[in-house]
Formats: sequence, structure tokens, C-alpha cells
Amino acid sequence: MSSLLQVRQLSVAIGGHPVCEGLDLDIDPGQSWALLGRNGAGKTTLIHHLAGLRSGHTGRILLAGQDIAALAPRARARQIGILLQHSNAGFGASVLDTVLSGRHPHLPALAWEGAQDLAIAHSCMDALGLREFAERSLETLSGGELRRVEIARLLAQQTGVTLLDEPMNHLDLGHQAAALRALREACVTPDRCMLMVLHDLNLAYHACDHWLILNADGSWQAGRRDDLAEQRILGAAFGHPIQRIDGAAGPLFLARL
Amino acid sequence: MSLRRHTPLLTLSLTLAIASLALALRLGSTDIPSAEVWAHVIADDGSINDRIIDQLRLPRALTAFAVGGLLALAGALIQVLLRNPLGDPYVLGVSGGASTAVLSAMLLGAPVFWYAPAAGAGALLSTLLVFGLARSGEDWRSERLLLTGIVVAAGWSALISFVLSISPAARLPGMLFWLMGDLADADRPGLPFIVLGAALLYCLLRARDLNIATQGLLQAAALGVNTGRLRLELYFISAVLTAVAVTAAGAVGFVGLVTPHLVRRAGGRDHRVLLPASVLLGGSLLVFADTLARTLVSPMQLPVGVLTALIGVPVFLFLLRRRSVA
Repeated sequence: MSSLLQVRQLSVAIGGHPVCEGLDLDIDPGQSWALLGRNGAGKTTLIHHLAGLRSGHTGRILLAGQDIAALAPRARARQIGILLQHSNAGFGASVLDTVLSGRHPHLPALAWEGAQDLAIAHSCMDALGLREFAERSLETLSGGELRRVEIARLLAQQTGVTLLDEPMNHLDLGHQAAALRALREACVTPDRCMLMVLHDLNLAYHACDHWLILNADGSWQAGRRDDLAEQRILGAAFGHPIQRIDGAAGPLFLARL
Repeated sequence: MSLRRHTPLLTLSLTLAIASLALALRLGSTDIPSAEVWAHVIADDGSINDRIIDQLRLPRALTAFAVGGLLALAGALIQVLLRNPLGDPYVLGVSGGASTAVLSAMLLGAPVFWYAPAAGAGALLSTLLVFGLARSGEDWRSERLLLTGIVVAAGWSALISFVLSISPAARLPGMLFWLMGDLADADRPGLPFIVLGAALLYCLLRARDLNIATQGLLQAAALGVNTGRLRLELYFISAVLTAVAVTAAGAVGFVGLVTPHLVRRAGGRDHRVLLPASVLLGGSLLVFADTLARTLVSPMQLPVGVLTALIGVPVFLFLLRRRSVA
């Protein structure tokens, strides 16, 4: 089966500073990718370009074989979804209405959300432990609860490619594990794939089978997690010594203090 | 998220609209019995009462309704555009531009029929000015737009004070009435109604996009909304709505700011309901206010803007307080 997200010779820069140069990437169905790099390396910028939200790059981004720049916004949103880094409580809409808005790209302009959309929204809310929150206003939620609502909305969008920018922001450890399980069940399937920006190398190791590392100078490394999870590579990427400790439950990564 | 859930709100708004129009036809310095009013509306018997209803009260009430609807719809759109619930149709400087143009026309002694075109031209000029100044490349942030609008409005307000201070005393009352919003000469509801109807229909087609846009423009783009186009549409539709309203009735305040809040408070956050309910409620509010303006100190008339502000200020403060308590 061909790749869901293909990147060919992509060069992206912000304000003259290179994020990546000549990036080639093939993200296949069933794969889970972590996007790693130090602060300001351009992870968020790159993921916005991959989602089709920004233009001004050279090279091509292909979504299921089609150039993402040529897709209409709604058609694009049916195939690729993104969780933005910063949460937004909007005008205080209810949790249910917000999760339902994930169905927007699937509905014709004048249609109201139907029973099927409602069922999808409820199952996504259940997956994130939000059953009790349906009628609550976003303005009354804690940071972590709001984050879970946004993840549920992304799941309701049911896209082939799912991008996430620091999905674990504000989540406690228990909810991190639960959200990760929900994401893997829904977005890493024989016809879907996922890429997420993460800062926690341990989470990136256990949740993702492939890594993409931005080195903050335009160079990058992409490949199997086990080929990249080395002290030397990580130390260079983060500009700080990182220690890998191998144990029975897999490796642990620690920044030297 | 079915329409049925919102039926009570829409029914209530429609009832208020009908009640406000009925009251406006019934009340006035000439007492016309309720039983007669409807007969005068549908049939022509050539009597004085018939002419009072057909040529004075009905056109004025309908204009008031259309202007209220225009302002409320513009307010709802601006609040999405600026992603700020305190957005009001006048933040783009539309009323300042229109007021400066009309007051200048009054100062120069232009005939009355020039006032409306002058208002329209001033509103358009200000709209383009704010748009041009706020826009820099692709970066078109709402804070920048808001700040530009506020500063341009302050500039207009200085010009207005200048015109007022050099105007002969005899012309001042007319100018002040215009500035506060006045429906005394408003007897042509045709254009406001056509613009209102067309804009409402178009915005209803985009209502779900508007719901999504309240979550932030980047998020809206992620959900497949063409946000560049939506922003342009919101900007120019709300500017045209405000310009038509200002041209018909001067700068009537608070209807555009308060009405969408009232509807949201009543549970109408979904723009498929918020927009039509705001139009109906905004129209009713202005008709009620204008009826009060005509009758409160009759035979004198108050500028309707005084009443919308007197009603709008406490209502808005009350909403703000409840919001912070909740």
C-alpha cells in the first residue's frame, strides 16, 4: 500500500532561518511518528505546512498521492486533521458542540449534524473520559479537560492522517496514557497514520515506531526509532547531553543535569 | 444540534418582533383604536388615521426594524471576525466616517437628500481606510484590526467635534440628533430590508463556518474552512450592513453590541439560530425603543439612540456582571 503522507524535497524557513531543507518523508498506514527537536527548531511550523495550513515552502506535500496545495479546504480536512499546540476555549461553546464540530468537513453546507455524527461524537468523548462533560461550557474546563475535548474533536474528524502538536500538554500521567491509547486505537490502523510533536523522549520511544528529528539548522534525520534513539544523535539534536539507560522495560532517556 | 431544540428561542424572537411592530402601529400622539389599526394596514380608506398608519407609523416602524436587524447581524458577524465578544458594528470606524460626511454636508448647507449618499460614501471610505491600514501581507490579526478601527474612529470623532464647534448654532440640534441616531425621517424601509434579507440568507449558508470560526481561525482552517475568504466576507458584509443602517438612521448605538449577547445568553450559540434570532430581536429592540422615543415626552421626539443607550448600558453591564460571577 502506498504512503498516506509523502513529502518530497520540502524546504521550509521562518524569517530566513531554515526549519528543514530537502525533507523527504514517507508516512505509511499503520505507522506512528514522533517529531522531535529543541525549542524553536520549527516543529510547529513544519507540522502546519504538513497540514496544509501554511504556504510558502518549496517542494511537495502529497496526501494519498494528491498535492495538498491543490485540495479544496474541506476535502483536505476530510483526509488530514491537526491538533494545534495552543488550546482555545472559543466563545464558551459546549463540549458536545465542540466535539461535533469535528464532523464539519464531512457535512454539506446546509446540513445539520445527524444521529450518526452524534454517535461518533459521543464515542470520541467516551474514549477521552468526557461522558459527564457533554453540556459543560469550554470556559469552565481545566486546561487538561480542554485538551481532551480538542483531542476528541480531532478523533471525530476521522482522518487518514492525524497530526498532533504537543498533545500531552496539560494532561496528567493517567490521562496521558489514556489519551495515547485512544489515539493509537483510532489513528494507527491499517489505513491510518499519526505524527506527533513530543518533548518527552520516553513517551516518543514508547508511543511511536518512527522518529523525525529537526536539528534546528535545517538538517534533519528520519527513520526507524531504534536507528535514531542514540545518545550521540539526541545529544546533537538537543544541544545537551542525553543519557540512554537500557532496562528490562525498554530504554529510559534522561537529560544530564 | 437539531433545529427543534432551538424552536422556543426562534418562536420567542418572532413573537417579540410581531408584538413590537403592533405596538409601534398602535401608539402615537393620535389615538387609533387597535381594532382599526389592522384595517388601515391592509385597506386604504383615505382617512387621516389611514394616512397616519400607512405613511407615518408603518414605514417608520419597518425602517426601525430593518435597521435594528442590520445592526444586530453586523454585530454578530463582527464578534466572530474580531473573535471578541465585545465587538460592535462601529469598531471598524463606519459610523465615524458616515457621521463626519453627513455633518460636513449639513455644515455646507447641502440639501437633505444629499445626507444619505454622504453617509454611505463616508462609511465606505472609512471601511476601506481601516481595512487598508490593518492589513499587512498575510498577517491580518484581529487585535490589529481592532486597534486600527479604534484609532481611526478616534480620528473621526475629533473631526466631528471640529465640525460641531465651527457650525452655526441653528444647525446644531439637527446634527446632534443625527449623531445620536434618529428615525424621524426614516420612511424608506425598502433598501434596508433588501440588504438585510440578502445578507441574512447568505450568512445562513455560512453559519456552520461561523460556528467553527469562533474556535479560532487556524482551528477553523484545520477543519476545512476557507478562512481567508471568510474574513473578507465577514469584514465587507458587516461594513455594508452597518453603512446601510447608519445611512437610514444615523449612528444608533448598543443594538449591535447587546443583541447577539442576549441571544447567546438565551442558549443560541449556534449561528444557524443566533443570526436569525439576532435579526428578529435587534429589530424588535429598535422598534420598541423608537416607539418610546416617539411617545415618552410627546409631542416632542427623542433621538432613538438615546433610548437604545439608556436601555443598552444597564443591560450590558448586567450581562457582564453575570458573566464574571458565572
